[in-house]
Amino acid sequence: MPGWKSRRGGATDLGFRLGTGAFMAVLILVVVGIGFELTRQSMLSIEKFGLNFWRTQVWDPVAGQFGALPFIWGTLYSSILALVISTPIALGIAVFISELCPNWLKQPLVFLTELLAAIPSIVYGLWGIFVLVPAVRAFETSMPSVLRQLPIFSGPPMGVGMLVAGLILAVMVIPFTSSVAREVLKSVPAAQREGAYALGATRFEAIRAALFYARTGIIGAMMLGFGRALGETMAVTMVIGNNPKISASLFAPQYTMAAVLANEFTEADTDLYLNALVEIGLVLFIITLIVNGLSRLLIWSMARSDRGSRATVVAEPAEAAV
Amino acid sequence: MSRTSRRKAGSALFVGFCALSVILAPIPLAFVLFYVVSEGIQALNFDFFTNMPKPVGESGGGMANAIVGTLIVIGLGSTFAIPIGILSGVYMSEYAGTRFAALGRFAADTLNGVPSIVIGVFVYGIAVLPFKQFSALAGGLALGIMMIPIIARTTEELLLLVPGTMREGALALGATRARAVFTVVLPAALPGIITGVVLALARIAGETAPLLFTAFSNRFFTTKLTQPIATLTVMVFTYAISPYQDWHRQAWAGALVLVTIVFVCSLLARFATRRIEGMRQ
Repeated sequence: MPGWKSRRGGATDLGFRLGTGAFMAVLILVVVGIGFELTRQSMLSIEKFGLNFWRTQVWDPVAGQFGALPFIWGTLYSSILALVISTPIALGIAVFISELCPNWLKQPLVFLTELLAAIPSIVYGLWGIFVLVPAVRAFETSMPSVLRQLPIFSGPPMGVGMLVAGLILAVMVIPFTSSVAREVLKSVPAAQREGAYALGATRFEAIRAALFYARTGIIGAMMLGFGRALGETMAVTMVIGNNPKISASLFAPQYTMAAVLANEFTEADTDLYLNALVEIGLVLFIITLIVNGLSRLLIWSMARSDRGSRATVVAEPAEAAV
Repeated sequence: MSRTSRRKAGSALFVGFCALSVILAPIPLAFVLFYVVSEGIQALNFDFFTNMPKPVGESGGGMANAIVGTLIVIGLGSTFAIPIGILSGVYMSEYAGTRFAALGRFAADTLNGVPSIVIGVFVYGIAVLPFKQFSALAGGLALGIMMIPIIARTTEELLLLVPGTMREGALALGATRARAVFTVVLPAALPGIITGVVLALARIAGETAPLLFTAFSNRFFTTKLTQPIATLTVMVFTYAISPYQDWHRQAWAGALVLVTIVFVCSLLARFATRRIEGMRQ
């Protein structure tokens, strides 16, 4: 390219590159800055507690005792619960839209599932408090006492607690998982299915073969949903009960990392308290970074092995449609 | 039962399950919308948009300050995010093969996955703590950070869709690269870029978590950017977890306004996306 360009043109080109590059540098700096700032603001707590911060489970700000294990537990429990509930449904939707339904029905269905992602978290939370919690409480009280003996159903039936949180998270995560799974299924070569049909496979068997072929991408889609659930804040804060006690029970009120930040951040009256909260934020940041990175890697490797990069846009479901 | 009919039955069962999940998923959507509309309509009136919040115990009042606050915070976020987002997107598409562009893309995707509450904590550290003051500016900064990656990635993708011949035509006429991009390529991709911005707006308009400890909240009307400011989402949150009946009603009304804003943005983006899809084929 160089050689034929005038010197003036070359200079403005360089200016253009540096100019736009400077703006992109801001974007990169923000990401680096988040990691740096969160580490800096949590040094006090990191130095004082070390790994014990994550191994102990007494959270008593008044006494200056900070053990974050209940939050990790609550975050993982609620997100895994959401994953378990949402995955079959999300995959069912993806398979139905990409393999089974008539063409005219595709767009409306895609639109409908994506609307689920458009509803703000706070609105889910509001609905959760006033509609879902009473419904779940009724379900909990009507449960036969034999089942109530089991550890996962123990505790008083309050309505608020892990079960509602898991349900709401599942609803919020479905559109993400299903839209990526749909893109992934699209990238399975037609020959894969045709081959199965030619061998006399039923519909289920052919789709199973396609799903198996796309397994890396499907796992990627599940992890993307998981990553979303980990960081979800408002809806969970409003329904999970906010009680820093580790419990296996679905009925027990618990706490998540994001929820403790939302509730206690403005109340932190000592530096140590604030640092402890920021450390929770730091770990949440790192965990989501790893989960999202892995998910992107899986989906990307799946898409790369086939045609083009449509499925690599791992973002909002609405964006996947752009 | 023969083996074949068993297999056929299994297949029918599977198809049935898939159809069932498609029916199941929109049920919560319908439920949420039903409650938001039916409960929200009852509390929504003209006063809601024009009046200030009343003290506890007095019924009535509105969220005028929060509606203005939301607009201010979103406006601040956009002014900050739109230039950064679009120009980053320009770099990513113009210098697509370079390492720095790949790094930018990676940063955008990473930022997109960062939980919004973590962005709140970050902004608290850089824009609230040093000044010992919650402010509308900090809230706008938090929302802006969330908008950047969406705008950048859409811009990039859409610039790559512009036919290469258009750019080459401009270059052949002696335009510099900057001129070709700003007068030919960007305008051609403009509808799509606006879609990206609207999409980003739809996503952040309903955000609460990053505002809790940046913009904070305010019972009074203010347009000062250096003061804490009320926003619809934070107001809905405070009202929803309060013990007062009247506040609950107002929270539903706030939720209805929020959902309307977000849906209008999503539908606009959707409509524009259709047209772009047409352009692509």
